[in-house]
Amino acid sequence: MTHSTPEQAPVEAPPSAPGGLVKSVVSLDRVVIRLAGDSGDGMQLTGNRFTSETASFGNDLSTLPNFPAEIRAPTGTLPGVSSFQLHFADHDIMTPGDAPDVLVVMNPAALKANLADLPGGGLLIADADEFTPRNLAKVGYAENPLEDGSLDGWQLVSVPLTSMTTDALADSGLGKKEAERSKNMFTLGLLSWMYHRPTEGTVRFLERQFRKKPEIAAANIAAFRAGFNYGETTEAFAVSYEIKPAPMAPGTYRNISGNQALAYGLVAAGQLSGLPVFLGAYPITPASDVLHELSKHKAFGVRTFQAEDEIAGIGAALGASFGGALGVTTTSGPGVALKAETIGLAVMTELPLVIVDVQRGGPSTGLPTKTEQSDLLQALFGRNGEAPVPVVAPRSPADCFDAAIEAARIALAYRTPVFLLSDGYLANGAEPWSVPAADTLPDIDVEFATEPNGVDGEFLPYLRDPETLARPWAVPGTKGLQHRIGGLEKADGTGNISYDPANHDFMTRTRQAKVDGIAASLPPTEVDDPDGDARVAVIGWGSTYGPIGAACRRIRRSGRSIAQVHLRHLNPLPADLGDILRSYDRVVCPEMNLGQLSLLLRAKYLVDVQSHTQVRGLPFRAAELAAVLQDVIDSTGTEGPA
Amino acid sequence: MTTSPIDEHVHELGMPAFDQRIADAVARSVELGGEKQTSLKAKDMKTDQEVRWCPGCGDYVILNAVQSFLPSLGIAREDMVIVSGIGCSSRFPYYMNTYGMHSIHGRAPAIATGLAASRPDLSVWVVTGDGDALSIGGNHLIHTLRRNVNLTILLFNNRIYGLTKGQYSPTSEIGKVTKSTPMGSLDHPFNPVSLALGADATFVGRAMDSDRKGLTDVLRQAAEHQGTSLVEIYQNCNIFNDGAFELLKDPTTGTQWSIPLVHGEKLVFGPDGASCVVADGFGGLRIAETNQVDESAIVVHDAHRTDPSYAFALSRLSSQDLRYTPMGVFRSIRKPTYDEMMTDQLADARSGQPADLDALLRGSDTWTVA
Repeated sequence: MTHSTPEQAPVEAPPSAPGGLVKSVVSLDRVVIRLAGDSGDGMQLTGNRFTSETASFGNDLSTLPNFPAEIRAPTGTLPGVSSFQLHFADHDIMTPGDAPDVLVVMNPAALKANLADLPGGGLLIADADEFTPRNLAKVGYAENPLEDGSLDGWQLVSVPLTSMTTDALADSGLGKKEAERSKNMFTLGLLSWMYHRPTEGTVRFLERQFRKKPEIAAANIAAFRAGFNYGETTEAFAVSYEIKPAPMAPGTYRNISGNQALAYGLVAAGQLSGLPVFLGAYPITPASDVLHELSKHKAFGVRTFQAEDEIAGIGAALGASFGGALGVTTTSGPGVALKAETIGLAVMTELPLVIVDVQRGGPSTGLPTKTEQSDLLQALFGRNGEAPVPVVAPRSPADCFDAAIEAARIALAYRTPVFLLSDGYLANGAEPWSVPAADTLPDIDVEFATEPNGVDGEFLPYLRDPETLARPWAVPGTKGLQHRIGGLEKADGTGNISYDPANHDFMTRTRQAKVDGIAASLPPTEVDDPDGDARVAVIGWGSTYGPIGAACRRIRRSGRSIAQVHLRHLNPLPADLGDILRSYDRVVCPEMNLGQLSLLLRAKYLVDVQSHTQVRGLPFRAAELAAVLQDVIDSTGTEGPA
Repeated sequence: MTTSPIDEHVHELGMPAFDQRIADAVARSVELGGEKQTSLKAKDMKTDQEVRWCPGCGDYVILNAVQSFLPSLGIAREDMVIVSGIGCSSRFPYYMNTYGMHSIHGRAPAIATGLAASRPDLSVWVVTGDGDALSIGGNHLIHTLRRNVNLTILLFNNRIYGLTKGQYSPTSEIGKVTKSTPMGSLDHPFNPVSLALGADATFVGRAMDSDRKGLTDVLRQAAEHQGTSLVEIYQNCNIFNDGAFELLKDPTTGTQWSIPLVHGEKLVFGPDGASCVVADGFGGLRIAETNQVDESAIVVHDAHRTDPSYAFALSRLSSQDLRYTPMGVFRSIRKPTYDEMMTDQLADARSGQPADLDALLRGSDTWTVA
């Protein structure tokens, strides 16, 4: 088997021999599996179940769902291929893996779309039943690749997954078509056997999922078990694999996706601040799951409003903020474009608001289901006038929880709209999360104005806190503090309409100073340089954390030094960042855009940041990034390992 | 102190526990500043801001009428919020001593929806114009109406763009010559009342800026209505569209061409009641001469009909040149409001499960590393 790593040789374990068959168990430290099939084949569900089994087994893991924007593209075609990649290991890992070790294809289209990613010698499992002349013709195969020798460079295991599923369900009472739909569970059963996954969770899940259709639940469970048993008894698979649990810090863990973590972070922020959360949102991929999740938590005082459009979504959220709620709107890049004017109004009225942008490929409709980091400059500058907005970005799926709390903290403390820039990879990707106890989460202190603040007993809605420059938040209903706010320029203090040139200059600079001043509340920037002698630094933000971190590990394993800086705050940038960047000979900035953070860093710090970019709708591959960083290190003339 | 239906409603709903911090802030402000005043006079509604509409603008008349009438609702100034969009009429909040937001073009209904849905204890008003509400903000208007959020929307219709200096609006008549239509407008205008009824609005009324009594009467009913009320107010722009409603304002022609809507009364109008409204035999209504029809054929106005078809038929009697314009309340029916239903859902959710953050974060599938 080729999918062992160089660090750890396969270990032959004593054979287990049901039915007299000699089966060996091989220990691996990590494996990357990709499941690929038609959009209707249930690959995402299968992947998610395998992930849950893996999480409960205790491996570290990282996932990469990859699916088309079409709900059901024509069956069996290339545009309809949906895949799910899972990387799991007995140690701490950072990415869903550059390339799969094992590729499971449910039809010819899935093979065609994914084979190029499977390294030579990799294990390829194909559902032979689906390689019919008709399906082959749909994707332009003249011959059946399972039979013509063209796959000789891989370990091909051609298995009739569909017919074995229908055979297993012959007595289920289901029709053939219906029975066939359980082939994903058969496949999951087979993989569960191959990788020694626990199965009880999936059985419970299926019982719960099809509570109202017990015959369907029973069929899926039967298919799942048949797949497991098939692995145990067939000669097609002589080896199964063991990947031991990863050592993790003590704690209670769960598996969590980015969108779910982000939604929980918002619920938590409401609880920590003691404010009701109001979400105004319009459905958009890949952000809709945040709306779905928050809609379930009305018991926490979360109000969700599915608006008629993006503009109404943010408008309602801002209206709720005016009333004393933690206003939130969730969207993706195209929605941000529509919300821009209201964000400007929030800047002018200085009300708290969290704007969640789950970025996707752009411009325009772009790549709705694929990831990208190309909204950074839109978040920073995509408005008329000087309209500074703080920007916060999570670095991993679980980190979306903390980032959401941080965004809410800034919004509430400084009375400002805040961007929370997630992306499609974080949103749908999942990883184990050490669940924090609620009483260990930071308090978010909010004070409403309750009495006049002017010397003559009047209320001055734009009289600022000298430290934060935040204005008082007086909610309607508060006795004697009635006031009017709006989009027109405000006179300092009174908030009355003012067209005075000096006042506008002052207010423009004050709004900027308020946002810049947030930097004072940020901890020192963390620089990860375990060797302490790096001359090259790599800087990133958002979801590139995993691939950049994995690339840095490779560099260090090869005996070289590199420093990694990963930004949580994109606006304002940390106060110490300029000095940090200037202390390195070279700074590299990998981004899934055409160099947006590089542009900012170069402009702000006059540091010759070297941009490395890709916009393929997929995360960076760690090996490619490592090669880029290696080249930079080599070009600095730094001595390599002796 | 009189108790308005709004107060009663809020009392009945109560302030949910998670809104406690807001309630606490309000209570603290009362501790510090004394009880909220509900016995107010018109002057209490004014601010120190200089009113900056053109001299002679119909907006002054409306402002005065609103400032005079609002105190009679018995609602404290602190509990009222006026949200506006952009346009001449949208400067309104600056002149009202309540909470207010002068927002952005067309979006006031959306902003007010978020506020009203999360703060059912407030009396929330939207002030908007024909361009703001029907052009750039048309989408928000219809969706707010269909949701029946507890809002009162005052739509000042002057059939022209004033603040941008005189382009045609979505209510301007076909052929209107303006700066942007030197050869006449090609656009067919909206009838705002028909539009609102098409969106199934639960309260729709129409009034004239200069008719203090009629305006106040419609405003009072609108304010007391639970749900979204839309009041179209014909408002004269003496700079860019002077005399737009003269046909209805002139004492002689006004009587001839206006149809006063009084719930429970026959729809008879014109000099000496010469004209009336009867069914047209096709599900609609038509104008007839009173002495030519059987008295029993004359329609008796019923604003409480659940089916909006009748009110819609009424709204179609008038043409774009304003002849046969019904004035008053077209429709007023009670349906559950959005904020009531949202509050109920939250209450249901709370009674079903305690809000336990630790339990939420853990979920159902966890494992422990010792």
